[in-house]
Amino acid sequence: MDKIQLGELIKSIAPEAELKEGKQFLEATVPPSSLYQLAKQLREKEEAQFDFLFCLSGVDYGSDLGVVYHLRSTLFDHAVVLKTRTSDREHPQLDSVTDIWQTAEFHEREVFDLLGIKFKNHPDLRRLFLDNSWGFPLRKDYVDDINIVTK
Amino acid sequence: MQEKEIITSTDEQQEYVINMGPQHPSTHGVLRLLVSLKGEKVKSVQPHIGYIHSGIEKMCESITYPQIIHLTDRMDYISAHINNEAVCLNVEKALEVDIPDRIKVIRTIMSELTRLQSHQLWWACFGMDLGGLTCFFYGLRDREKILDIFEETCGGRMILSYNCPGGLMYDIHPNFQKRVKEFIKYFRKILPEYDQLLTGNVIFHERSKGIGKLTKEDAISFGVTGPTGRASGFSCDVRKHEPYSAYDRVQFKEILHTEGDTFARYVARIDEMWESMNIIEQLIDNIPEGPFAVKMKPIIKLPEGEYYQRVETARGELGVYIISDGNKNPYRVKFRSPNFSNLSVLNHIASGFKIADLVAIGGSLDLIIPDIDR
Repeated sequence: MDKIQLGELIKSIAPEAELKEGKQFLEATVPPSSLYQLAKQLREKEEAQFDFLFCLSGVDYGSDLGVVYHLRSTLFDHAVVLKTRTSDREHPQLDSVTDIWQTAEFHEREVFDLLGIKFKNHPDLRRLFLDNSWGFPLRKDYVDDINIVTK
Repeated sequence: MQEKEIITSTDEQQEYVINMGPQHPSTHGVLRLLVSLKGEKVKSVQPHIGYIHSGIEKMCESITYPQIIHLTDRMDYISAHINNEAVCLNVEKALEVDIPDRIKVIRTIMSELTRLQSHQLWWACFGMDLGGLTCFFYGLRDREKILDIFEETCGGRMILSYNCPGGLMYDIHPNFQKRVKEFIKYFRKILPEYDQLLTGNVIFHERSKGIGKLTKEDAISFGVTGPTGRASGFSCDVRKHEPYSAYDRVQFKEILHTEGDTFARYVARIDEMWESMNIIEQLIDNIPEGPFAVKMKPIIKLPEGEYYQRVETARGELGVYIISDGNKNPYRVKFRSPNFSNLSVLNHIASGFKIADLVAIGGSLDLIIPDIDR
């Protein structure tokens, strides 16, 4: 599928998605409530078959926290980027995609560890690299006078 | 009488939990595995990581793009050159810089040499993990020759930092071509010795065939790439699917196996060494003339936007995801490291096998811990 067909498919599954054509990938921004359904449909639809989640990154956009999903189909070799963001910085919560792609289990734990985003229905949501005494270092408002040397 | 009762209850019901690592010779770094055992059988493996988490992604947010390259060396230190290349390619793509052929060809040769020495070290350690100490000496002896070639050109032996945005730090040494050709000639004779020593060994077969099976579907779902994924039949070679540098002008096979067990992963890497030598031989006599670096602006600023570049390291697909807000520092950098995803499959494939097999399976995944922790 090319980018136009993919865009139509995403629009038909989630009409609220905002599409943007990036230089490399088609980017679709959806609200957290419709992310899981869209991801599941993209994995299962016969003409899409996005079976390889090759990157999952958490991003602090300043006011919002977000997660970026890079998806690829190993069968058709097309790719798409899904984005979602939440403005709740105190208790950010998104749906886990672990049951769609198993690699998400570790990646979501990493995002939880470094950005503090909780994932609903994650089988084992614990901190990954750091212990509980740390804050969430990848947040832009994170201050650590001892361990981070600022210029 | 009482003693007897206690013993039976331990045997039948209790689960025995042991810590493997963080200091264990077969984990090749500070990886701690919490292994639940029933008798000698592994019930589950829980990796506990983060012992050398250095916050590279956070550090990247406060330094410039040329500086980031030196941090990527420290992630997967065995294939450091390829990590450098990923960042450079991403920056060059964002700035739409045209890279001369000479740079592309040298980068490709260096990448393949890196892959060769990485697989040599893996072979050496894998043999040692399974009790064949001779492998370790053979592997390191040959790897030393590549490191010497690196040292002559780059000054560094493992952590090269040879790439920079826009090209290379310095030109290749006048001896480079001659020494690489000598090495290939030498190693073509030596590599069959590896097969004689380990590949055909019956004890090795017993310990690796049918052990730690990974299906293609699971490999894709867990995001297992590199030789590990290709041993399960997952065609994931970035060099073939999305050629970068000079990989579009060389002929080579993508090594694919379907068995998905420890032995297939072993054979996949041995075959990759042959392919790497093929690639180097095609390029080494045809390095075009030209500059070794393109002049870049003294302060590199990427235009606002998002950039993703993937490359094939010795262990799998490394992705560099940069979000730029137009400043000289990136807004966010994410490294999709191959080892991180490859580690996540360990519990899935090691469960049900014996604890001694866990060492073989872990060795066949070829994990580098700083790349997992970042």
